[in-house]
Amino acid sequence: MEKEPASKVELAPGVGGGGEIPTFDITLKVRRYNPEVSDEAHWDEWKLTMYGTDRVLDALHKVKWEHDGSVSFRRSCAHGVCGSDAMRINGRNRLACKTLLKDLDTSKPILVEPIKGLPVEKDLIVDMEPFFQSYREIMPFLISKGHEPAKERLQSAEERDRYDDTTKCILCAACTSSCPVFWTDGQYFGPAAIVNAHRFIFDSRDDAGDMRLEILNDKEGVWRCRTTFNCSEACPRGIQVTKAISEVKQAILTRKI
Amino acid sequence: MQVHKYDVVIVGAGGAGMRAAIESGQRAHTAVLTKLYPTRSHTGAAQGGMCAALANVEEDNWEWHTFDTVKGGDYLVDQDAAEVMAKEAIEAVLDLEKMGLPFNRTPEGRIDQRRFGGHTRDHGKAPVRRSCYAADRTGHMILQTLYQNCVKHNVEFYNEYYVLDLLMVDQEVTVDGVTRIQKRVAGVVSYDLASGELHVFQAKSVVFASGGVGKVYKTTSNAHTLTGDGMGIAFRRGIPLEDMEFFQFHPTGLAGLGILLSEAARGEGAILRNSEGERFMERYAPTIKDLAPRDIVARSMANEVREGRGAGPNKDYVLLDLTHLEPAHIDAKLPDITEFARTYLGVEPYTEPVPVFPTAHYAMGGIPTNIKAEVLADNDTVVPGLYAAGEVACVSVHGSNRLGTNSLLDINVFGKRAGLAAAEYALTADFVEIPENPTVETEELLNRARSSEGGERVALIRKELQDVMDANVQVFRTEETLLEALRVIDTLEERYTRITVQDKGKRFNLDLLEAVELGFLLDMAKVMTAAALHRKESRGGHFREDYPERDDENFMTHSMAYKDPSATATSGVRLETKPVIFTRYQPMERKY
Repeated sequence: MEKEPASKVELAPGVGGGGEIPTFDITLKVRRYNPEVSDEAHWDEWKLTMYGTDRVLDALHKVKWEHDGSVSFRRSCAHGVCGSDAMRINGRNRLACKTLLKDLDTSKPILVEPIKGLPVEKDLIVDMEPFFQSYREIMPFLISKGHEPAKERLQSAEERDRYDDTTKCILCAACTSSCPVFWTDGQYFGPAAIVNAHRFIFDSRDDAGDMRLEILNDKEGVWRCRTTFNCSEACPRGIQVTKAISEVKQAILTRKI
Repeated sequence: MQVHKYDVVIVGAGGAGMRAAIESGQRAHTAVLTKLYPTRSHTGAAQGGMCAALANVEEDNWEWHTFDTVKGGDYLVDQDAAEVMAKEAIEAVLDLEKMGLPFNRTPEGRIDQRRFGGHTRDHGKAPVRRSCYAADRTGHMILQTLYQNCVKHNVEFYNEYYVLDLLMVDQEVTVDGVTRIQKRVAGVVSYDLASGELHVFQAKSVVFASGGVGKVYKTTSNAHTLTGDGMGIAFRRGIPLEDMEFFQFHPTGLAGLGILLSEAARGEGAILRNSEGERFMERYAPTIKDLAPRDIVARSMANEVREGRGAGPNKDYVLLDLTHLEPAHIDAKLPDITEFARTYLGVEPYTEPVPVFPTAHYAMGGIPTNIKAEVLADNDTVVPGLYAAGEVACVSVHGSNRLGTNSLLDINVFGKRAGLAAAEYALTADFVEIPENPTVETEELLNRARSSEGGERVALIRKELQDVMDANVQVFRTEETLLEALRVIDTLEERYTRITVQDKGKRFNLDLLEAVELGFLLDMAKVMTAAALHRKESRGGHFREDYPERDDENFMTHSMAYKDPSATATSGVRLETKPVIFTRYQPMERKY
């Protein structure tokens, strides 16, 4: 039993912070594309006054809600768990809702483009179907051959830890669409599919690791990875993507999970 | 217009919708329609856990869980539904484990469990470890696991198909020589966001699982997409909405932002302090303190701020203190939420308390159903073929205040029930002929939004709506504030008829989507406020300062809100009541 915390403590002065939030000016440049209007993409830019706590998503909303309603992008939860708003921000794949403006260089225009390697539908919206197709191909579900126990299957805390990192994936495609191999070869499974295969291959309850390793041993599988680490840097969930891919490669070579 | 034909159509691909789809998809020809992608739904944002009396770490049983749920809901819970939920909770957790959900484990390898607000041992004696969890991303793991199993079972998804109308026809039925008119389901109308085309889905069964309405408030934990669409569609088609005055404010939203910090933080030992460093919950709930139910904690926090003991330069928040917990423990059990505090407020939870304030979180009310998840057209008439589950529904297991973790449980238990019942019905029933011109109302709705050139901005009206709801229909309410809210909502509705949607295209017209969503938000804000005005007592999440006591004599009833243009005093919302179902617990004073 942990001990009860004190009923009353002395708080440090200024604890919690808050109060007046500073404002600053930014220039937001957004890559626009709408085949209903033109086959050519172009840049639009807006000068905006934003708050110190604002994120890139807030700037996009400010544009959409106050300047140009036709600017199109996906978003939902707005705090980095739903995976809707992966985009290229100043040349790096990030979630718009997790990127604070104050952490960017606001002396220069902030460039926002759709993620690369997937067909652009309109502005920042891409066709996610090829991405989900790769995901589905690695059989992203638990396959267990034994008898189903009456209660839960047992799994030790250590066994659970073995694949913890790759359970964090939110399927935002930031990793896959940052991968230079994926840009040039759309057939490549891409990091996200391999991450999700890893999640099951190293789950002690799963019995289909060999099948998944066989799928990833394909010519469009893990061997395409050139270990550029773009994916690990891009992951908004901090998953060590390149490490997960290396572990899958190792497992294929040694056939040991 | 394209027409599709399925036995079962499920509207929404969050936890409830996908849990239903896993059952229905294996038994009947099933389609899932979602305005997002399946893994984007807000189930994924749930953090703390899912309660079930597994008794893996200490003594527990489902009857205690039922009692806690009933008492937590301040006795407005339908007790037959609470029993079903608490009993089937155990199987629901085991189902998820078998589907592959990576629960945290005990040293023996069993599913680990932790404490959560309002969940107690032996009818309130002390907190109990009942919540099954996967770190502080249990909702994420549930959403992923359910999607994975939908992939396994080849469930058909129509992604970014926004359902805008429910098709029902009136049929004459004769039972025991008495002929009456009965509503029957024919299908739904949806708008394909990618192409801007309308698609009609003819179906024997329709399951609404489209989530909540948290975007009527400014400070909210809810996703941008939670705009009460499903509730709004049902309401416009004459289905009543139950208990809409009860909206939950989660105590620990990041101050000023509303982003949720799970109750699991308090389950793991974090406590709340005011500007004087005092653990103020000792005064409000002496037995279980910081683990009191959410309505009580949220009200206590708001009261501390009102009485001048708020922290910060504007004295407008309180502090969530984790500094007495081991950093390693925080990292193992609460990694995501401590990351939120760092990212969005720049606060280091290891060493500094985190500024928090209540944030709009969950609609206890919704489309009325019975325990088979069948939708009711009044107090007891079932609409054959129509089902609802999850936050969009009101079964009612949450009464006037939902306990933490019971929503993840609700979606799993009643999502499964809805999927099974919808498939079973579809296997015996015939298709109902879809009405002539099934899309006429939807086209009118879209054309009005597209062609109006009055110059009013959707975003501005929405902001004013959210401001007025935050100011007047929040934790504390009075007749005066509620009437003020209704007055403003009426003017906003009038301005809504004069909006201009700038995007005139068909392809991914999300500008138009937001305009349609605002229409639902306005309707729902009106229903919530009218219902709050009607309930002249304080119970659970609904606190009337002009009627601060619970009044069982006059208000131990559910409210049922009907669309009725003749009810002019309450902006076209007519309020009726529905009896609460009691099985084993008589109302008692609610103390913790």
